[in-house]
Formats: sequence, C-alpha cells, structure tokens
Amino acid sequence: MSILIDGNTRVICQGITGKAGTFHSLGCRDYGTKMVGGVTPGKGGHDVDGIPVFDTVEEAVQQEGANATMIFVPPAYTSDAIIEAVDAGIKVIAAITEFVPVLDMVRVYRKVRESGSVLIGPNCPGLITPGECKIGIMPGYIHQKGKVGVMSRSGTLTYEAVWQTSNLKLGQSTCVGLGGDPIVGTNYIDLFKLYQEDDQTEAILMIGEIGGSAEEEAAAYVKEHVTKPVAAFIAGRTAPPGKRMGHAGAIISGGKGTAVEKVAALEAAGIVVAPTPADMGQAVADAIAKHS
Amino acid sequence: MKIHEFQGKQLFRQAGVPVLEGHVARTADEAAAAFKKLGGSIAVVKAQIHAGGRGKGTVIDNPTQKGVVIVKSAEEARAAAAGLLKKKLVTIQTGPEGKTVNRVFVEAGCDIARELYLGIVIDRSACKPVLMVSSEGGVEIETVAEKTPELIFKEPFNPAYGLDAFQVRKLCKKLNVNGPAAKSAATFFTSICQFFVDYDCSMAEINPLVITSDGLMVALDAKIIFDDNALFRHPDLLELRDWSEEEPSEVRASDAGLSYVKLDGNIGCLVNGAGLAMSTMDIIKYHGGNPANFLDVGGGANAQQVTEAFRILLSDPNCKGVLVNIFGGIARCTTIASALIEASETIGFTVPLVVRLEGTEVEEGRKMLAESDVDIISAVDITDAAKKIVAAVK
Repeated sequence: MSILIDGNTRVICQGITGKAGTFHSLGCRDYGTKMVGGVTPGKGGHDVDGIPVFDTVEEAVQQEGANATMIFVPPAYTSDAIIEAVDAGIKVIAAITEFVPVLDMVRVYRKVRESGSVLIGPNCPGLITPGECKIGIMPGYIHQKGKVGVMSRSGTLTYEAVWQTSNLKLGQSTCVGLGGDPIVGTNYIDLFKLYQEDDQTEAILMIGEIGGSAEEEAAAYVKEHVTKPVAAFIAGRTAPPGKRMGHAGAIISGGKGTAVEKVAALEAAGIVVAPTPADMGQAVADAIAKHS
Repeated sequence: MKIHEFQGKQLFRQAGVPVLEGHVARTADEAAAAFKKLGGSIAVVKAQIHAGGRGKGTVIDNPTQKGVVIVKSAEEARAAAAGLLKKKLVTIQTGPEGKTVNRVFVEAGCDIARELYLGIVIDRSACKPVLMVSSEGGVEIETVAEKTPELIFKEPFNPAYGLDAFQVRKLCKKLNVNGPAAKSAATFFTSICQFFVDYDCSMAEINPLVITSDGLMVALDAKIIFDDNALFRHPDLLELRDWSEEEPSEVRASDAGLSYVKLDGNIGCLVNGAGLAMSTMDIIKYHGGNPANFLDVGGGANAQQVTEAFRILLSDPNCKGVLVNIFGGIARCTTIASALIEASETIGFTVPLVVRLEGTEVEEGRKMLAESDVDIISAVDITDAAKKIVAAVK
C-alpha cells in the first residue's frame, strides 16, 4: 500500500485551463495518474487534450467520481477553491499555488480539519506514490517505488532527497510536499501517523527547515508513537537570524526556530539527522541499519 | 512590507486604536514647529527608521545622540531633530552600518503610570493569530520570553469573530489592570485585533503599550509588518512603502521575481527552490566556504530571470565565485543551460563558475553547456559542487 493516493485515485485539476494547470495536468496523466477532469468556472463542456472541463467541483465528482484535486488557481482564489473541494467531498486536496494570504489559510484551516478531507499545501509541489499516482509538479522520473516515506516543507530539496533514496535503491512509498507557508493543511505529525500505519513504508525521512516549532513537535511525537526508523535533515543551519529565506515560514526570530534547537530535539528522539543535504539518503540507510 | 511608526499610528488612529497626537518632521525647523503645534511642555522626538531598539540606539560618530529624545522646548526639539536627520542610526536591529534617518516623529508627552507590551503574530501551531501581552513593557520581549516566559500572556483569536470579551477580562486580570484602565483595555485590545485582521498584518507590535496616570491605554509605538501576499487587497497601503529603507539589490531581485537575501560571504549562489537554496548555503559553509547570498530563482525560472540573477550576484564586489545548483522540476535544465549561455554572452563571467544540474532534461542541458564556450566547472552532485566552488575562490 501507500498513503493518501494510489493507482485508483481519480484526480481533477482546479484551474486546468491556465498555463500551469494544463501543463501539469498533462504531465500527471503522462506519468500514469488517472486525470479524470478539470474545473474552470465558465469553461464547462470544453476539454483539455481530452480531459473534460467542468464549471464546478461538484459536477466533476458526480460525473467522474473524482476524489482528489490539485489546485493551480491564482492566490486570491485559492482558499475558495479549497473550500469548494471540501464541500464537494474531495478526499485529498493538493494546493500547489504559492503566495496565498496567511489569514485566508487561517480561515480555511479549521473548515478543512473538521471535514473528512486532507489538505496538502498551499505552496507545495504536491504528492506522489511512485509508479501509481502523481499529483503535482515534481519530476516523475527521479522517483522509484520503494520503502521510504518522504515528507518535506520544501520542493526542490525534496527532489534532492528522493533522488538520493532512489540512487541507494531504497525507493519511496509516498512523498508529500507539505508546503513552505506558515499555515499548511497537513503537518509532519499527521503524516507520521499515516506512515506508521502503512505496510509499504519501512522508514521515514522528514525534511525540515528553520523557523517555527513543527520539527520539535514532530520529534516529540516520534519519540512516543513511531516505531519505524526515522531520518531527518534541517535546512538553514547557516541562515542568519531575522532574514526570511524564501519560504514565508523560514525565519529565525527571537532566537527561536534555529537549526541547532531542531537538530537537538530530533536526535533526542532517536532520529538520525543528516549533517549535510548530500547525506539525506545515507541517513535513511543508517536509520534502517541502526534499527535492525 | 514594513512601514514607519508614524504611518502605523495614522492607521491606528483611523481604526480607533488610541495614540497620542504627533507630527512628522523632515527638517529641524519642522520639528520645532511641531513642538509648538502640540502646545505641551514636553514632547518626544523619535527617529523614523524600519528597525527596533531606537531608544537605545545611537548615531554613528555621535554616541551621545540617541534615537529617541525627550524635549521640553521647541529649541530642544530643533536640536534633537538636527542631531538625527540625515544621520545614520545604529540599533541592535540595523547592523553596524546603521540606517539613515530621513524623518523624525514629534509626539506629545504623557504621564506614564505603567508600561506594558503587546504583540500579535500568527501562531503556526494553533493556526490562528494570537494576541500576546506582558506586564514587562519597554524592554526587549525576547529577553522576557527567555527569562520570565510566565509573564507573557497569550490569547489566540478567530479572525472572523475577533477577540472575545472574556479574553479581555482574562488578560486584564493577569496584567492586574483594573478600573478605568480595564475599560480602556477592552477598547484597545479589541480594536488592535480587528486592525490586524482588517489590514492583513503578519505582525503587529506595540512596545511599550502604556497606561497613563488617568487610566488610558495608549500605543507609544507601532511596529507593523503586512502580509506581502495580501497587499493586492490593500492598494492604499502600497503608497506607504519606503523604498529607501530596503536593500537595493533585494528590491531589484524582487522586481525580477527572485527571492534574494544579501549575506556577507564571497560565494554567490544561484539555486531553484528556497529549501535547496538554504541547503546549498549550508553545504558551502560545511566545506569551509562562506555564501555571499541566498538566491532562489523559483520554480519556473526563465532566461531573463537567470540573467538578472547573475547581474545581481556579480554586482556584489565581495562575490569571488558563483555556484549554480539546479534540480529541475518545473524549471528545465535546458532552460537554465541556455540562460547561462545567454548570460555569459551578455554580461560575461569574471569569476569562477561551478554548475551542478540535475532533474528534468538534465542530459540535454549538460550537453548544451559542454558544447558552449562558457567557461564552467561542472559538478556531479551537491557535495562535489560545494567542494569545487570553495577551492575555486581560495
């Protein structure tokens, strides 16, 4: 098995007629994803290279049995698109869009969490179960079906980690890009729960970065509840305080959220921490070796 | 986006958040006139820069000149303004180079009974904005958070409903604010939370927040950061932006859709993705080098952006070499390779260039570089790249 998505997942794209929406919908279909439709208000009845376009998510669910969506609508409309997907009963929502206002996310966060839907993102690359289903913008070929559950707040750094685990022939069960914003729909702990329950996942790689306290909270959770081998990397060890490093969340403020604190918390929880970004794959191998 | 204290207070006044009367001055004469206009026997002249710690900060070459001065006459106001305007003020937040003071704010004095602290931020764990207050006002809140965290009181609130009345009562009880001051606090706390939501702030801080001797709660400071992603909803706020407060190379990068932060090392970095960019800085440092910047060209980098990125990197006189680290996803390696070739032809590289390409269309991209005239040192992975650039700048 895998987590959240597999070969049976029926995916739509909200914003499919936009440039990025079209490009990545076709990219996902080429990978093997069941792209069953797209949604652009006012463009219902058209198609994008054979993929039917609907006016509302509800129609896509009723007519195509969609149960997952990737969102490429502009930032001002992203929170509305998320709520529309929740309202239509979509189970897995990946919001790829970046630059979403943070208070919009505060407003939708609770609605999503109280629903039966899972929101990944915003400002994320999406998620992929190698060989079965790709929902998002990651290059498919670097992935390999396998045993490592990968989760990250960053996009290209996830590719780096995935590439390393593929080169070591460990492969991945499901990779999830959580998103780089201060408020995202799904956090590390949510995924640790899923990976822990998943038979295919034999080890877990968590890629964190400076800022906030999500990594520390995850470390405490791992210590209590996760029995599988866990490896981690923290980006931004050399970032100076007070400077925002691209991601809205990645900032050391008031002496909090430093890499040193995070690494200490992770190591205290028995997690193998990669000293450099070149060692992420090896850290997983080490965690597996240490565990057996 | 940051704004000045005097701008923040104008917005506070419109939103019903109590502030004192004050006037902006760009010259010493204007400061003297502002004192007279206020009509009191005491006023405060405050340097307007985008940095905290102004009260303890001092002017370069004149350590007796503080950034905030209490004055008791128009002449004293004139002298204080003259000592600050066009001078560089150094505070704990400006760095040793300081920031030029282009304006002062001349504000009425008041009789202070107590100094408190107030801040609102987005609590990432609670996924809500949170109002934080402390009885320890006037000092650095980081120090309070470290030494006496029990003196900081927090109430998260839902942006749709704002702060509830019972939350105000809880905070007043903990702060030991009673009588007329508690009534004033109810207005203050509620209106500042509403302000935070209405203007899409990502941070609001008032330190100190004071209670006057007649029981009125007043904002003596106003430090506000707006959520850049929400500025499309507030076109009026864009007029408040003070470009002179921002690092020119960072403004230039932002105009080109690049995320750039200048640092003090000598290895320029050009990377796609924020996490990978941070990690690239980390591995350079791990192998004994020092990054000159953080630069994320973003997911869909095009030739113009990459060329502009090179211009920015090479305009830094400290930059002795450049490391390009690209893991193509949306951005294809071929796009980056042709942009590199174009940049080399239009601006010319005067420093060593190490390139590591991986991801979408990597083989074609590498081939394009190999067949071009661009003088590059190619690297097979991130470690190899870091070692090569560190060696090249030595």
